[in-house]
Parts: sequence; C-alpha cells; structure tokens
Amino acid sequence: MSRILRTLAPWLEGLLLVLLAAAPLLTAWTSQPFWLDLATRLTILAIAAAALNLVLGIGGLVSFGHAAFLGIGAYAVGIPAWHALYGGAEWIASANGFFHFALAAGAGALFALFTGPLALRTRGVHFIMITMAFGQMVFYLLQSLETYGGDDGLTIDTRSEFPLANLDDPAQLHWLAFATLLAVLLLIWRMREAPFGLALAGARTGERRMRALGYDVTRIRLAAYVLSGALTAIAGAWLANHAAFVSPSMTDWTRSGELMFMVILGGAGRLLGPLTGAAAFVLLEEVLSSMTTYWHLPFGLLLILAALWQAGVFSKEGSST
Amino acid sequence: MDTALLVTQIVNGLQLGILLFLVASGLTLVFGILDFVNLAHGAYYMLGAFISATLARWTGSWPLSVLLALPLVALIGVFTERVVARPLYGRSHLAQVLATFGLILVIDAVAMLVWGVEGQAVELPAWLNGRVTLPGGAELPAYRLVIIGSGLAVAAGLYAWVHHTRFGMLVRAAAANRDMAEALGVDTARLYAAVFALGAALAGLAGMLVAPLTEASLAMGLEIIIIALVVIIIGGIGSLKGAFVAALLAGLVDTLGRAWLDDLFKLAMSPEAAETAAPAVSAMSVYLLMALILALRPQGLFPPRTRGHGQ
Amino acid sequence: MIRKLLAATLALGVSTSAAIAAEVKIGFVTTLTTPAAVIGRDMVDAAKLAVKHMNGKMAGLDVKLIVEDDGFRPDVGRQKTVKLVKQDKVDFLTGYIWSHVLLASRKPALDAGKFLISANAGPSPLAGKLCHENFFSASWQNDQVPMAMGEVLNQLGVKTLYIIAPNYAAGKNIVAGVTRTFKGKVLGKDFTRWGKDAQLDFSAELAKAKASGAEALFAFYPGKAGGAFIKQYAQAGLEKAMKLFTVFTVDAISLPKFQKAGLKVVLGSRSTHFWSPDLDNPANRKFVADFRKEYGRYPSFYAAQAYDAINLIRAGVEGAKGDLKNADAIRAAMKKADFGSVRGRFTYGNNHFPIQNFYLREVVEDPEDNWTSRIVKTVYRNHQDPYAKECPLK
Repeated sequence: MSRILRTLAPWLEGLLLVLLAAAPLLTAWTSQPFWLDLATRLTILAIAAAALNLVLGIGGLVSFGHAAFLGIGAYAVGIPAWHALYGGAEWIASANGFFHFALAAGAGALFALFTGPLALRTRGVHFIMITMAFGQMVFYLLQSLETYGGDDGLTIDTRSEFPLANLDDPAQLHWLAFATLLAVLLLIWRMREAPFGLALAGARTGERRMRALGYDVTRIRLAAYVLSGALTAIAGAWLANHAAFVSPSMTDWTRSGELMFMVILGGAGRLLGPLTGAAAFVLLEEVLSSMTTYWHLPFGLLLILAALWQAGVFSKEGSST
Repeated sequence: MDTALLVTQIVNGLQLGILLFLVASGLTLVFGILDFVNLAHGAYYMLGAFISATLARWTGSWPLSVLLALPLVALIGVFTERVVARPLYGRSHLAQVLATFGLILVIDAVAMLVWGVEGQAVELPAWLNGRVTLPGGAELPAYRLVIIGSGLAVAAGLYAWVHHTRFGMLVRAAAANRDMAEALGVDTARLYAAVFALGAALAGLAGMLVAPLTEASLAMGLEIIIIALVVIIIGGIGSLKGAFVAALLAGLVDTLGRAWLDDLFKLAMSPEAAETAAPAVSAMSVYLLMALILALRPQGLFPPRTRGHGQ
Repeated sequence: MIRKLLAATLALGVSTSAAIAAEVKIGFVTTLTTPAAVIGRDMVDAAKLAVKHMNGKMAGLDVKLIVEDDGFRPDVGRQKTVKLVKQDKVDFLTGYIWSHVLLASRKPALDAGKFLISANAGPSPLAGKLCHENFFSASWQNDQVPMAMGEVLNQLGVKTLYIIAPNYAAGKNIVAGVTRTFKGKVLGKDFTRWGKDAQLDFSAELAKAKASGAEALFAFYPGKAGGAFIKQYAQAGLEKAMKLFTVFTVDAISLPKFQKAGLKVVLGSRSTHFWSPDLDNPANRKFVADFRKEYGRYPSFYAAQAYDAINLIRAGVEGAKGDLKNADAIRAAMKKADFGSVRGRFTYGNNHFPIQNFYLREVVEDPEDNWTSRIVKTVYRNHQDPYAKECPLK
C-alpha cells in the first residue's frame, strides 16, 4: 500500500502543480470561479508550509509558532496600505507592492532573528513550546493594536500595487502567488544540495558529529529559521492581498498547528510534501464542511488515521518519517 | 496596600494554580513516563465537566456526580490510550501531535452530538455557595477554598502514591528506564494504561471543579491545554513537583498581573497607554514567564534527573 | 462534454441551480460550530420562521436560504461568503454575528454588487468611513446600546462606576459607548483576555471592583462568558454592595440556563436594548408567539434581528416587483424600512443603520414561570449612531 503511494506520489504532485498552474483557465472554462479562490488560498498556504518544512522537515526544528510570521507578513501589507488610504505615519504609508513584500520579508526575518537565538537554546518539545509562546505573544500584541482595528482586524480596500500587474484580478493574483510558490520550492530544492542545506540536515541527524566537524550548528539553524520566517511572512503578505483583510486570528496557535499538519501530512522533509499536505488539508476542510456541521468528526478521524499510517502502524516495514 | 485585597488576590491566584496543576499533573506523567505528547488531554477536562453536569442533573447532587464521573472519565482515558496512544508509543512526537489533535476534533464533535452546542450550567449545593471571612477581613466565596483544599489533597495523595506505594515505585522505575522495567517483568502495558487513566481522571476532576464557576462548554479543552503545556514545560517535563510549583507560579503571575499591572503601568505611562498595555501584557504574562525560564534553564525548573526526554 | 463533467465535479456538494431564475437566493453566514453556535442556531431558526411566515415566497419568487458556518473565524467567513457569491450566485448576503467576520466578508460581497445585510455585527467603520450603498444593518451600531446604558445610570443618579469587559474591539467600543454618556466617575476599568483561551474566571477583577467602592458595576460579556461572569458576581456576594448593569450579557439564550441553575441574582437585573420580547406591536406579537410555538423557547435579540433581516430583504424584492436585476429599486425599497419590523417603525440613516428607540429592560418571571425580559421604559427615541456623519452617503 505505502509502496504504491510512494511511486504514485511524484506523479500526483506533478499533476497538482499543473492543475494549480492552469487553475485560472480551468475555473474560467468551467465557470466555477469559487474554485480559483480556493486554489489561490491553497497555493499561499503551500508557500507557508514549504517555508515551515525548511526548518521542520530538513532542520528537524518543530516550530509551533509559524502563524506569527503569517501575521507579521500580513500586517506588513495592511499597515502601510491603511496609512496610504487614511493618512498618518508618512514614513511607512505606501501602496507599493515591492515595498510591502520587502517589508514583510524584513519584518519576518527580524522577528526570527530576535526570537531564534532564545528558542534555539532549547531542544525537542521545549523548542515546540517556546516557539508557540512567541506566537501567542504576537497574537496578543496584534490584538491590542487599537489603531489597526485590534481584534476586528484591518479592512484594506486596496491591494499591493505592482507595475504591469493588477492583483484585483483573481487570475493575476493566482499566477503571481503560484510563481512565488515555484520560486520558494526551487530555492529549497537548490538549498538541499548546497553545503548549507546539507549542514542543516546533518545537524538534524547527527548534531554531535557536525559539531565535532567544526560546524557552528546553532548559527546554521538560526540562518534556516530566519530564512523560513522571511518566506512565511511573504506567504502572509500574499494572504493579506488575497483576502484584502488582515486580523490577529491569522496568528492563532491553531493556525500554527494547521501549518504543521500540512507539512506532516505531506511527509516532513519531502520537497513537494507541503504542497500535497496543503491541498489535502484545504480540500478536505472545504468538502467535509460543506457536507455536515459535524465535519470535525470525519476530519479528526482522518488525521488520526494519517498519523497512525505515517508512523508505520499499519505496515510491517516501519516508518519513514 | 489593602491587606484584605492582597489576601483575596493571592487566594484567587492559588485557586487558578490548583486547577492548572490538576490538568498539568496528568499531562506531565503521561509525557514524562510514556514520552507521549497528548494534545487531547484537555478533552478529558471538558468531558469531566459535561459528564458531571449531566450526572448532577440526574442525581440532584453535585458531590455525588463528581464521584460517579471520575471513573467514567478514567475509562474514556483508557479507551483513547488503547486506540490512539498505544500504537504511537516510541514513534515521533510529530505523529503523536497530529493524532491527538485529530482526537480533539473527534471528541469535540462527539460532545457536540451528545450535549448540543449550548453549555451546561452546574448548580452548587447551598452549603458550598456561601462566603467565608478570613482573618484580616478578606471575604471569599467558600467554593474557591473548596477547590484549593481538594486540589491540595489530591497533590498530597499523588505524592504519597508515587513515593510510598509499590505501584508508584513501578511508575518511577518505568519513567527512569522503560526498557529495564520491562526486562524486569513489569507489565508496562497495564502500567501505562493506568497512568493514562489517572491523568484523565485528574484532568476530568479539574473540569468538574471549574464547571460550577463557569459552565461545561465545548471549547474548554482547547482553552486549557496550551496553558497546561506551558506549566509542565516551566516545571520540567515528567516532574510532579515541577508541575505543582509551576502551576501555582503561573496562577499567581496571571492573577496578580490582572490585579495590579495597570496600576504599575500607570506609574510609568499615561493612564490611556496603561489601559491598553496592561491587558495585553497580562494576557502574555504566562508565556513571558515561560520564555524567561527557558532562556535561563532550557530544561525547565525541575528537570528529572534520569534520562533526558524529548531529545 | 469534458467541460460539463469537470464543472459537475467541481460543483459536487454544493447546490447547482444557477439555471433556475425564479428564486431569491439568500446566503446566511453565521456560526454553527464552537460554543457560539447557540447564537447561530437562534438566528437560523428565526430566519426559517420568517421564510415560513411569507409562505416561502417574495414577490412571487421562491425563497432559497443557504446557510453557511463561519466557525467563528474571519478567514473562514470570508471564504464562505466568496463561495455564496461565486458558486451559489446568491442575491443577498445576511447573518454575520461577528464584527471581524463581517469586515472580512464585506469586500467580496460588495465588489460583486450583492446586498449585504448585517443581522448582528455593527462595527463603527461600517457606520462611518466604510459605509456603502448596498450595505444595510438590521441591528444597531455597537456604541448605541451602551450609550443608552450610560444615560440610564445618569437618570438613576449613579455617581461611581466600575467597568469590566473583554479585551477586544467590540469590548472597547462598548466601554467607549457607556463612558461617552455616563456623567459620573469611572473608578476603574478592567479588560480581560479574550479569544480562544478567553479568561472565564473573574475573581481578580471582581475583587478589585469590590475594593474600589463603586456604587455600580457595568459589564459586557457575550455568550458563555456572560453566564460565568454573573455566577461569579453572585458567588462573590456583590449583589448587595454594587448593582449590576449589563449589555448583551443577559439574553434569551442565557436566561434558561440561569433559571435551571437557580441563579436568582439575574432576576431584576437591568440592561438596555433596541428590542424586547414584550414590545407591543403586531409583528412582534406574531413573531414571539410563533417562535415559542415552533421552538419551545423565547427568541433572543439575535433571532429578532435575523427575522427582521429576512423581512427587510422581502421589502426590497417586493419594491422591485421581483426584478432582482433592478438594484436601485431594491435599495430604495429597503431604505424605506417599511416592512413591519418587530421593533416597530424605524427609519434608516444616511449610513443605512437604523434610527430607532432604545429601551431599558429588566429580567422578570413570566406567568408560566419562564425567565424573560420586560421593558421598563424608553431611554432614547429615534436615536442615531454617532458615526453617521463620517459616512459620505447622502
């Protein structure tokens, strides 16, 4: 069973990429525009999951606070756009998309740079919990930003402005987000073979050996954490543009959990795993919740089965995670 | 400062801490002994509240409902151990997190099917509903002292049980070295099931105790689980003593923060700024406490001296 | 062929009736999961009753009500709204309990040229800067109900007040509302943690309130937190020391639970509102009686708003004589607010928020021993929200 799946996986994932690339055309052709909205959300969540996979899958650092980066990236779009619309704070007010995304990546990297050294002092479950704590702090901080709507969030009626492109057109927005996903996947693919990626993976499987070889493991991990934070913040910036709305609920711990599940569902460490995981998660949620109010029941059962299956409970050959 | 108010707030903090301890103690035992991350631990807290609320309506007596509900919650604990947890012992923490999050969703949906979406209020007997005046003039609801008293009794019982009974000794042995205990002929499967049942019953008890203050409601498991995890991390995973100290610490920090942080902030900033900042910081206070303690002691306050878990 | 097959596959699980034009499709976004689902259930029940009362027809067209669950999350609510707009091609969107869900859903609904009718949430931006010609409120603006409460406190001669409310946007709005009109001194304010791990133990705040020596306590706790708050207020023995005044805390959803738990302290407790089950007009008598007959309980104010929202839509559709393409006629008819509201006759302001009366209510026992609310007196007549002047609409 699992062997069949393993052979099929690359084909299925290739097909998924083709479907996502063609989503605007397919949904226009079949006049099902809602599915384009869903495909775009899936693409953006896949970017975030891929960024998380960088630290979780390759680096073995289970971050339970990645939704904080989503929120930071989203507010990096929302706050300048809000000031550009309603005035005040000229130094940050801007509708320029390049500025928004650069600010998102910068703020995400900076937050990772500040919290990373503290978090990386811990290991295993302690790392999970300290990253979660930082995530919660961001949540409560955003919730207390009364100027920016507090808990109600920020309503921005404009999207980031780019030359030649118009993000108000759902198809263009989708293609740009998809291009970002491809770029992130390409970056991670190249990185895995590069000395940095190898060292990061080496630190996961044999930390002591890497230290003995003279690698500064903590620095390598911090670099990965900062990169991952910046990439997740970019996903957050896309999310803000997709919804034209940002709110603190984006940084809730359950959202961090969902990102984690996308990575695990797709197989931690696999390049296209996050894409599969995000697709499975978003589609299941959509289909099940449109069938019954009690959709948490089958959804939860599927999560349990997926966990048991991944841990190799149903097969004698053992686990590959 | 008004001493009566200070005493009142300290008692309030202790009461919150005791409830946290009841949830965290089971979590830390399961985590420390079985090396199993159970995100669904909060579900027992919720089930305890709902089951005792229902039984209280049937029997007309809240104390009786607690006695009847405890074994029921323990039984549910055993069942979930058998179906979800046992296959995942020794597997990656990630798989455990995924499976137990799924379990939360399942239990929540089942609870919604059984009890509906509205919460269940629990009525206290009149003799618990009164107030007590402490020396110093602080007047407190008697029930809050009941929570503190029963929590302390459970903590003392747990301590005696772990340190002075054969079963407790086996638990400690298995926690220190599972393989060795198994090699020496300890029936670890039954032992683990018993630890799970105990943890579930303790969390269930916390839910039963809190229901008369608030009510039994669907999301209450999700509300407590994160704070309970924070508590066991602060205390050191696997340490009952750590869970106890950390729970009281968290309860006091949270309560005293809510009580005096705004006054404190007003010394340094404008009243308007203090009004905005104080609630935000007090909501974060427990997380700040954890980040601070982990920065100083990455293994928590009382890391078990045996093997290092969670590596 | 492939195209049809693909379209059918994608549309699986959702209604596919785009071909039939002889219906009015109403998307209803509310909360059906999480503890907040009790509110959603009350609203859906009332909306269904409204459709039943019009025999399932508006201006001869069949009414189709499509209910979606927002899961108490703005991103989910937005996605459901997009689905209702793009997939189900609804004509009207209503429901919306929460400000953040409504704010997140506003753009996809209005950009598509749909009518958006809030059946509860009334955040200040939508009444002011962000008002829109196709947005209507069937409820009130957040500030109005607590402003009426501040007025009540003045009339009662209350000099000192302590305030406890949750720390989120609506909580801040409501506290701002009550302090805007209250003329006495506020001795202290506490904003408590709110969200997924909301604080439900108010011991520290109640102790502070008691120590402040204020004459009265003002609280705002919607949903299950309200029950917890009132219980602990009673357990702390505060009812003699300071009288409790609330808004949106004691309602027809929480009262049966209080009664079951024997919480006598809520009897006689006072709150302000735009509506009450004993409001004496034909539409309200019919609504309350039939709701009780159908569902065996009193409707809450959420239910009243949902019932009004559906009737407001009916007025719009009838005004356009069933021509759903004629948005101007629909809008003009809705703006008249002449649909037999359960709150009695009211008018719409330039921002499409009601200009209406606000009443002081108290909790009493009805002749059949059910706890319910009764109007004590009218606090404001034809009151308009303070944000209307920021709205550029005429």
